[in-house]
Amino acid sequence: MGKTIGLPSTLTYYSYFPFWNKFFSALNYEVVASPASSKQIIDWGVKETVNDACIPIKLFHGHVIALRDKVDYLFIPRMVSVDGKATFCPKFLGLPDMVRASIDGLPEIIDQRIELKRNTHGLLATCYKIGAALKENYINITNAYRKAYIAHFQYRSQLINGVLPGEILHDQTLNVRNSRTMGGINLAVLGYPYEVHDPYISVNLLQNLEAMKVNVWTAEMVPDAILAKYRYKLSKDLFWHYSNQVLWACYYYLEQPIDGIVHVSAFGCGPDSMVDKLMELETKAHNVPFITLTIDEHTGEAGVLTRLEAFVDMVSYRRERK
Amino acid sequence: MKVSFPHMGTSHIAFKHLIEHLGHEAVVPPNPSKRTLSLGVQHSPEFACIPFKILLGSYLEVLEQGTDMIISSGGVGPCRAGIYGLLHEKILKSLGYDFDMLIFEPPLRGVGDFISKIGRVIKPGGVGWIEFIKVFKTSWKKLIALDEIEILSHRIRPYEITKGETSQIFDQCLSLIDQAQTQNDIEDAKIESERKLNAIKQKEGYTPLKVGIIGEIYVVLEPFINLDIEKTLGEMGVETHRSIYLTDWTRDNTVFDGEQDIKKAAEPHLNQLIGGHGINSIGETIIYAKKGFDGVVQLAPFTCIPEIVAKSILPEVSKKFNIPVMTIFLDEQTGKAGVQTRVEAFVDLLEHKRRGKGA
Repeated sequence: MGKTIGLPSTLTYYSYFPFWNKFFSALNYEVVASPASSKQIIDWGVKETVNDACIPIKLFHGHVIALRDKVDYLFIPRMVSVDGKATFCPKFLGLPDMVRASIDGLPEIIDQRIELKRNTHGLLATCYKIGAALKENYINITNAYRKAYIAHFQYRSQLINGVLPGEILHDQTLNVRNSRTMGGINLAVLGYPYEVHDPYISVNLLQNLEAMKVNVWTAEMVPDAILAKYRYKLSKDLFWHYSNQVLWACYYYLEQPIDGIVHVSAFGCGPDSMVDKLMELETKAHNVPFITLTIDEHTGEAGVLTRLEAFVDMVSYRRERK
Repeated sequence: MKVSFPHMGTSHIAFKHLIEHLGHEAVVPPNPSKRTLSLGVQHSPEFACIPFKILLGSYLEVLEQGTDMIISSGGVGPCRAGIYGLLHEKILKSLGYDFDMLIFEPPLRGVGDFISKIGRVIKPGGVGWIEFIKVFKTSWKKLIALDEIEILSHRIRPYEITKGETSQIFDQCLSLIDQAQTQNDIEDAKIESERKLNAIKQKEGYTPLKVGIIGEIYVVLEPFINLDIEKTLGEMGVETHRSIYLTDWTRDNTVFDGEQDIKKAAEPHLNQLIGGHGINSIGETIIYAKKGFDGVVQLAPFTCIPEIVAKSILPEVSKKFNIPVMTIFLDEQTGKAGVQTRVEAFVDLLEHKRRGKGA
């Protein structure tokens, strides 16, 4: 095995880890993902970031610190756009710069800008640039890219089939898909993947819902082609990639036999202040129960659980009355 | 038709002129007040930034006065402000108000859309395109005059002998410009205003501290939100230079040579457009440091994404270029006394720093 490359396991990790994992291992690097989020990691992050940053950003800094002394390279791509239209949240755009300004003693950072147009081959060109920075030749990079692309494709189709990212990436024993019961309560749990699928910051949201025998539906289970149909619901797209996914998924699920929508949002999240209000107005118009769970570094499990139980109870009564 | 628009600094004087000369009744939004804010906060998302809340409050106030059409601006992101118009409209309609909302997107995004929207404003008033261009030019001239008078007032305020005199004269100047109707009138009003401001009795042989004001455009421009920070600093004898004016690109600027320069200065620290004025905040701080300013105050709304990114990077810049930076995040909970205390402490620090240099 060659040198080690560190991938912080948060933010885009839930969307693209299988791709980068395959890509770098095929190039003979040892890929080190940071350990699952924990009290220690969030504490490190809180210490190094400005107080106004949101919890996902604080958490990301924590994951970087967890990897700092263990790897030769850190992979923090500057995620600008993956569809040529929407960009990521401005905090993603400035992420490598924020990390560099806030944390000392970092290994070399690979901060290649990822800005793809509509076609997928833009990604290959980006991979060439990343490979070139690591002094790899074109043939190896092309091969690695092909393997990575297949891995990503398999991952996406697993997600569409209802497997949760946590089951694949964290080996969690979540059985949301298998235990899906006919006649059970169906809730769409929408939010950014790094909030919904990180059991530490979502304070075991999915596990708790599973225990309540709720059938969970997430934004990742909707194929991109179907999501894209809902873009015309709004006269103007939102500017942010993940926000569009959440909002379009909300429009999609409102047309399905769903009992309620749970929106998971980080305290002080800029894009979510827009998304949340749009969802609230839309669910009200469709007369579907809606709850927003705001999470931050102080969120206690008991408080969230109480609200969740009350919501699930309310949804069940509502169904019985019908 | 009763037409209204957002309140932003002194620009309402020019917008009022524009709307009235297009044959409509202009509903000038009242100066933002506690009432505006509390109306806005009631119906806004909790984590929307304070400009969103103030605008929503303003719209509610003008709708009470029977406004038929609200004109606002869009944007291309990734700053949230670009979708505020859309969300404001949805919220106000869900509250049962019946009105037209006209959101102007940047013309380069769609020229046809831009022109048809102007058509929707000028046709009901029976104004032709040539007349519209004439009126638009006059209003633009008013906007430039307003900005120039304001810049002058900030230059003179730190030297004033009688505290508060500049602000008093400045208000008189505003109404002079408000009354001017033709291009010539505006020119005369501007000259008269400059004469009045220059006539203020000033201290001699005094070198004030120089502070640059950077940050998000709306909180920088609207004194109600930034708690009159420029006036506060000016009356403490500090000269302020503001990085943003609405008519910036028309003026030969003594400090900034244009957007490109700012981006270039910021590049080593933030090499990516992040929306809003994020990259400007970094670049401008560096330029202020190079031009020998004593300090920089960053103003930003609470939860403002681009400014949070900028704030994370600013300590590095501040250290490297040896320029103190103070960030003030503003929201509906911000109190004037708290800000005043922080500003005073910051000015003390700058004075100490200057004395240390001189010795």
